[in-house]
Amino acid sequence: MVTENDVRDIAELADIGINTEELGPFTDQFNAILEYFDVLDRVQGDGSVIRDLSNVMREDAVEPSLPQGEVLKNAAFQEDGFIRAPRVM
Amino acid sequence: MAAHETGFNPDDRYNAFLTVCRKAPHGDGKLAGIAIAVKDNISTQGIETTCASKILKGYIPPYDAHVVDLLKQSGAAIAGKTNMDEFGMGTTTENSAFGPTLNPCDTTRVPGGSSGGSAAAIAAGMVRMALGTDTGGSIRCPAAFCGIVGLKPTYGRVSRYGLIAYANSLEQIGPMAGNVSDVSLLMQVIAGYDRRDSTSYNRPYTHTPNPDIKGLAIGIPQEYFGAGVDPKVAEVTKRAIFRLEELGATALPCSIPSMEYALAAYYVTCTSEASSNLARFDGVRYGPAADTKKSWHDAYREVRRAGFGAEVRRRIMLGTFALSSGYYGKYYAKAQVARENVKKDFARIFSEVDVIAGPTMPTIAFKLGEKSDPLSMYLADILTVPVNLANIPAISVPCGKVDGMPVGLQIMGKPFEDERVVDVAFAYEQVAA
Amino acid sequence: MTDAQVIVGLEVHCQLDTQSKLFCGCSTDYRSDGPNTHVCPVCLGLPGSMPVLNKKAIEYAMKVAKALNCSVLHEAEFSRKNYFYPDLDKAYQITQYDKPLAEGGYVEIEADEGGGGKRVQITRIHVEEDPGRLVHMGNTERGRYSLVDYNRAGIPLIEIVSEPDMRSPKEARKFLNKLRATLEYLGVFDSEKEGSLRVDANISIKGSERVEVKNISSYKGVEKALTFEVTRQKNLLRRGQRVSRETRHFLEARGITQSARSKEQEHDYRYFPEPDLRPIRVQSWVDAIVLPELPDARRERFMAQYGCSANHARTLTGELRLANFYEQVVASGQKDLFTLAATWIADTLIGELNYRNMTIDAVKSAPFTKLLGHIQGDECTDKSGVEVLRVMLDTIKQGLPYETPLAILDRLNLRKVSVNITKPLAYGITPKSGVEPNPIIKAISEVLTEQPRAVEDFRKGKKEAFNFLIGQVMKKTRGRADPKELNQLLVEALKNREA
Repeated sequence: MVTENDVRDIAELADIGINTEELGPFTDQFNAILEYFDVLDRVQGDGSVIRDLSNVMREDAVEPSLPQGEVLKNAAFQEDGFIRAPRVM
Repeated sequence: MAAHETGFNPDDRYNAFLTVCRKAPHGDGKLAGIAIAVKDNISTQGIETTCASKILKGYIPPYDAHVVDLLKQSGAAIAGKTNMDEFGMGTTTENSAFGPTLNPCDTTRVPGGSSGGSAAAIAAGMVRMALGTDTGGSIRCPAAFCGIVGLKPTYGRVSRYGLIAYANSLEQIGPMAGNVSDVSLLMQVIAGYDRRDSTSYNRPYTHTPNPDIKGLAIGIPQEYFGAGVDPKVAEVTKRAIFRLEELGATALPCSIPSMEYALAAYYVTCTSEASSNLARFDGVRYGPAADTKKSWHDAYREVRRAGFGAEVRRRIMLGTFALSSGYYGKYYAKAQVARENVKKDFARIFSEVDVIAGPTMPTIAFKLGEKSDPLSMYLADILTVPVNLANIPAISVPCGKVDGMPVGLQIMGKPFEDERVVDVAFAYEQVAA
Repeated sequence: MTDAQVIVGLEVHCQLDTQSKLFCGCSTDYRSDGPNTHVCPVCLGLPGSMPVLNKKAIEYAMKVAKALNCSVLHEAEFSRKNYFYPDLDKAYQITQYDKPLAEGGYVEIEADEGGGGKRVQITRIHVEEDPGRLVHMGNTERGRYSLVDYNRAGIPLIEIVSEPDMRSPKEARKFLNKLRATLEYLGVFDSEKEGSLRVDANISIKGSERVEVKNISSYKGVEKALTFEVTRQKNLLRRGQRVSRETRHFLEARGITQSARSKEQEHDYRYFPEPDLRPIRVQSWVDAIVLPELPDARRERFMAQYGCSANHARTLTGELRLANFYEQVVASGQKDLFTLAATWIADTLIGELNYRNMTIDAVKSAPFTKLLGHIQGDECTDKSGVEVLRVMLDTIKQGLPYETPLAILDRLNLRKVSVNITKPLAYGITPKSGVEPNPIIKAISEVLTEQPRAVEDFRKGKKEAFNFLIGQVMKKTRGRADPKELNQLLVEALKNREA
């Protein structure tokens, strides 16, 4: 059972904004879904995984990088080749 | 390298396309001149790629996905980018930020999802072939609802490099077309090893469909014909399987006990991976700008609130919760154990049979707006998700109608036996014609 | 001073010296290029991009594991560490969590007390990618914001985590130096590259909470930060206050640590296995790894082969480049050079380099060897040698054209002056006829005339007067006199005066 406060906490942990009017419906939906997920509690097994592919690696070879212009092309703000981001304290 | 140009001016009354390439260059090769639609979560250099989300509006990838490289190398003309559920999250294409796609068979109904745009484009005759992606049924569902053919390849057979990730361990790009031969042709082009995808296998596909299925053993899981499946849909599917028996195959009953928790395992896994994959959309390097006057966390949160639709935000939160400290063991870890059980169930059944058959979807296409509750929407995926959990190939081929709407027959195969799955679908298609 | 109550553990992050990044082919040689010029869809984290593991990074990490006596795990795996920061373009760092590359192992250092060896145990070693680099811009009209350069994103890092076995800031420094030297000897790490090493330190006073000091980026900084912390924590406890369990940052310029914003302290990273990468099973590769000579072995060899003192050997082998430099200088095999070179490099050259903020990289061994040759061959006194060395280093630093040591000697008129210029000293003071009076003899004469009181004091038995007179002669000859010779000459001259 999660409460609206729990949902707010999850949104904070996920750093995702939710609208106030969404909080109630989200909480109800969460609870329905999490209740459905409870079936997993009954799962038994050692979880041993058959892994076939392993050691997928590449040689240490240099390949061309993107031109700076391509890197900056989709960014909203750039300054002297740097990409501008909101300030971190 | 492109020697020619294809003019492309579709009448897109179904909102199948998000971007149309009216003059598409093309070269020579296996697909020379064929107009192919590409789902909008596959990166196309120089062509806007949005995943049907506001958070990627205006994003123009500086590179092509591997499969797009392959399409171009075989001379195809990229006709445009198709509509989808936002980031692949949905079963109806109603979760698109740019309006739903309509089902050409009945425009009051959904085309299925999340590759609804690609399916509708084919069903409406706008293109002959398209690329879709399938994480929990997103190729097969729209194929079934729109009455076309769609193949989800064995995991790792088609490169995911350039596919904007939703759930990395579950998804594959796959071919969609009006018939099995075209699906097979497109698969020839896109399958094969890519060194840029560490989960890619070296298993090219060079097959031409063969309708001979004499002696084939087909497993019929009781869970695919039980409660939750519309009896009319079950009936149409059974009749289709009977046609296969007439061709020399044998149907054997079987059971997949892990179906009980397969859907839960699927949704825990895909939302967990998605919560991580979608965290990069912060408005800094691409997408609508973050407000640099705000502080980092405030700006980031706002970008995501404004840019992601409700379903996407719901799944991100679910996934974050499933991975969070204190809950990881209950949800994510348990889901992986469940997944291994699903794989073991299929392996066990495949030691007795060659393929498994059943309906693709439990119902015909819903009416637009019919499924407003998230959980009931998730339950619609019950017949398709086990295939993704088990990483096996599966195809949906039209097998009849219920209330005037198409029904899809789903053929599931052993890992790397995509060819066999195509053959069974081809065999049915030939006699059903 | 070791304090049994201080408990220190370190997490050391070193950039591995591969050609390309950990998960893509971008060149790692980014430091002299503009921002965002060593970036591709993968390290920029563009949607749809996928990582592919660099084999060399794993090989390098395994070399480190073997050199530190760690056990490589049968199966290792990469995981995602999820958090949101503008320099982390995927919003997760690909690292290793519950299945690292190696576990166990140790580093030997000298203990503070007792002078014996001590083992600092290693908990684990793993491989991960570096995030990008953030530059903070403040107080402009446009308000404060951050600028990001992703050149560094995706550079391979090795993280070495120690057990909390160190008992003082000094031991931490020794551990770090030993680790750094070992990684350099293995050829997997270049400590000269700016930002190539970062340390997180955990420190507590026994019985109290543990404090983490994050992101210290210099070797000296580690000792400073820990020293500050020990004092800060002890002061708190002395005042009867509690030490809070927290994360702090080290402000290098001010030499203090400061509490980090609380948001950073509780982080749920929601680790899960990276689905785009496959597991690595490389235990079987360990046997084939051949380790080069490591610092301890080289130190022993320097003592055995070159007769270096324990202290000199430790200093010289403490840095790979320094050890290589020494061996280049003594390459001729000339035995007299061994100790001379050791002394000059360890006791003089290093100091002169530090003073000028230069590294041994800047110095070529050939000219230095030549200089030592002049000192050996009597063209130059020790004191003049130091002056010539200083000029050589300054020349390099200012980018001026090369001058041979001999040319410098002559230009500055610092060539060693002997009584008998053509032959080593013999007991003869009288200058050759027809030749200008020997400057040293002249200087001695002048000084004895100018300093009657000192001469008087010397006669009275005051030994310091003799040294004073030596000093005066040295001044007059600007250090060109050989001290031993000068001693004898002055003694003789004073005797003669009496007569």
